[in-house]
Amino acid sequence: MSGRLKGWLRDPLLWPIALFIALLLLMPWSGPLFARWFPQLDRPLYQQESFWQLALAHLRLVGLSSLGAALIGIGAGVAVTRQSGREFRPLVETLAAAGQTFPPVAVLAVAVPVIGFGEQPAIIALLLYGILPVLQGTLAGIESVPASAREVAQGVGMSAWQSLTRVELPLAAPVIIAGVRTSVIINIGTAAIASTVGAKSLGSPIIIGLSGFNTAYVIQGAVLTALLALVADRLFERLQRCFSGSAK
Amino acid sequence: MIEFKQVSKYFADKAAVDEIDLHIAAGEFTVLIGTSGSGKSTTLKMINRLVEHDKGTIQFAGEEIRGFNPQALRRRMGYAIQSIGLFPHWTVEKNIATVPGLLNWPLAQQQQRIAELLTLLNLEADLLHRYPHQLSGGQQQRVGVARALAADPEVLLMDEPFGALDPVTRGVLQQEMLRIHRLSGRTIVLVTHDIDEALTLADKIVLMDSGRIVQQGRPIELLTHPANDFVRDFFGRSELGVRLLALGSAGAAARRGEWLETSPIAAEMSLREALSQFIARQTDKLPVVDGKGTPLGVLHFGDLLRQRESA
Repeated sequence: MSGRLKGWLRDPLLWPIALFIALLLLMPWSGPLFARWFPQLDRPLYQQESFWQLALAHLRLVGLSSLGAALIGIGAGVAVTRQSGREFRPLVETLAAAGQTFPPVAVLAVAVPVIGFGEQPAIIALLLYGILPVLQGTLAGIESVPASAREVAQGVGMSAWQSLTRVELPLAAPVIIAGVRTSVIINIGTAAIASTVGAKSLGSPIIIGLSGFNTAYVIQGAVLTALLALVADRLFERLQRCFSGSAK
Repeated sequence: MIEFKQVSKYFADKAAVDEIDLHIAAGEFTVLIGTSGSGKSTTLKMINRLVEHDKGTIQFAGEEIRGFNPQALRRRMGYAIQSIGLFPHWTVEKNIATVPGLLNWPLAQQQQRIAELLTLLNLEADLLHRYPHQLSGGQQQRVGVARALAADPEVLLMDEPFGALDPVTRGVLQQEMLRIHRLSGRTIVLVTHDIDEALTLADKIVLMDSGRIVQQGRPIELLTHPANDFVRDFFGRSELGVRLLALGSAGAAARRGEWLETSPIAAEMSLREALSQFIARQTDKLPVVDGKGTPLGVLHFGDLLRQRESA
């Protein structure tokens, strides 16, 4: 029993998560610390919203946009690797690449006059920005499926759908998940910028801090954003290992 | 069982298979042989509609194969290929049960069938939960054959199944295929470019060249009555003698009622291997025993010469 506890404590996933939650909880009491560090500031602790709310709003932004990006990216990747969709592959790849060429701030700036301020333009910009890595992962993953596995799937009488869901996607999964991982990590960082268009996120203290020369705010937002990205990265690493464990 | 009538297949306006007529009888072990690009693999793949024929008719069990749903047709035919194509993310057990799974067999029936196949192919039960990359090449190919046989298919299609194996493993698996064929009486169609493999396995050899069938018939017929120079060259003029020997077995040629007290050879040994034994042991008589070790008789060196008539 104590052995299991020890193993659990040694889990590299536990510590970043614990640290992130501890910082979220302790931040409201860190006022004196930042007051000492930056004595020239009147209000050294960000208090407009609680850090919990900001973290949840940030996760919501990333979650919704990444979910959309994953669905669109995997869907498009699967579609253009089918016999019937092959011709659209160059077009889809070009579109996705173009989506990522625009700096996210530019996408946000374009989205605002069309949709207005708030969460929606942020989600759309993040979504567009997140598609390319997922698409690339899906294409690379499906291409890595051995031709013999595909031929046999067909030869033993699997339908196209069965071949996709039972053979191609499971074999491509580690590479697809790597794509989603990249997409999510990028989005966690980019979501901080979304605060410029009025979406709440852990970027809010950073943006407000930058415009008001409040370095303490910037540090508070930046540390939490960075930790969140680290936690997400570790989680995906674990997920990837689960999927590649059996298939090698 | 399978009937090709004037069948052609074109790739980019070039005939890969050119008006072939071929009858594959039920229970027969047919080997399609030829050089690369002779159309043998294409011919095989037309049987389960992995390649659709352009002209002529192919009938399976009396019906034109286009009348079948391709998936249903393929599930009635076992399929094994050179690169084996085991699904790397599935255990051996799940790989073997692929087609029974697709056919929604009850789990108990699947389990029972897997156990039978393990015995048939001399696979250890503890391999069931391993993944393909944890097996040796020979074991993988056995699993590949087990998967092809899993749903008791009416026809077994094999596309150079032993091409990637070392000679020893290949020889062992060829013997197993013969045993399985003898036990199950299944119709088997196998593609190879290995002449000795064809001679070992085939009831009937179909020799193809640039999309056409050059000659088809029993192995001995192709060796002793080649239709033209191509056939003669293909089977190798200089090796003709030993290849003829490969068709006979020591058990069939041995003289009954004689015995010799020296280390015996097995009845299944081909006369070609027996010849090698004669030379290696520097003797002209070898005792032959059957599978249980009971004495059968003695093979004399001179008996090898009479092989032509007996085979």
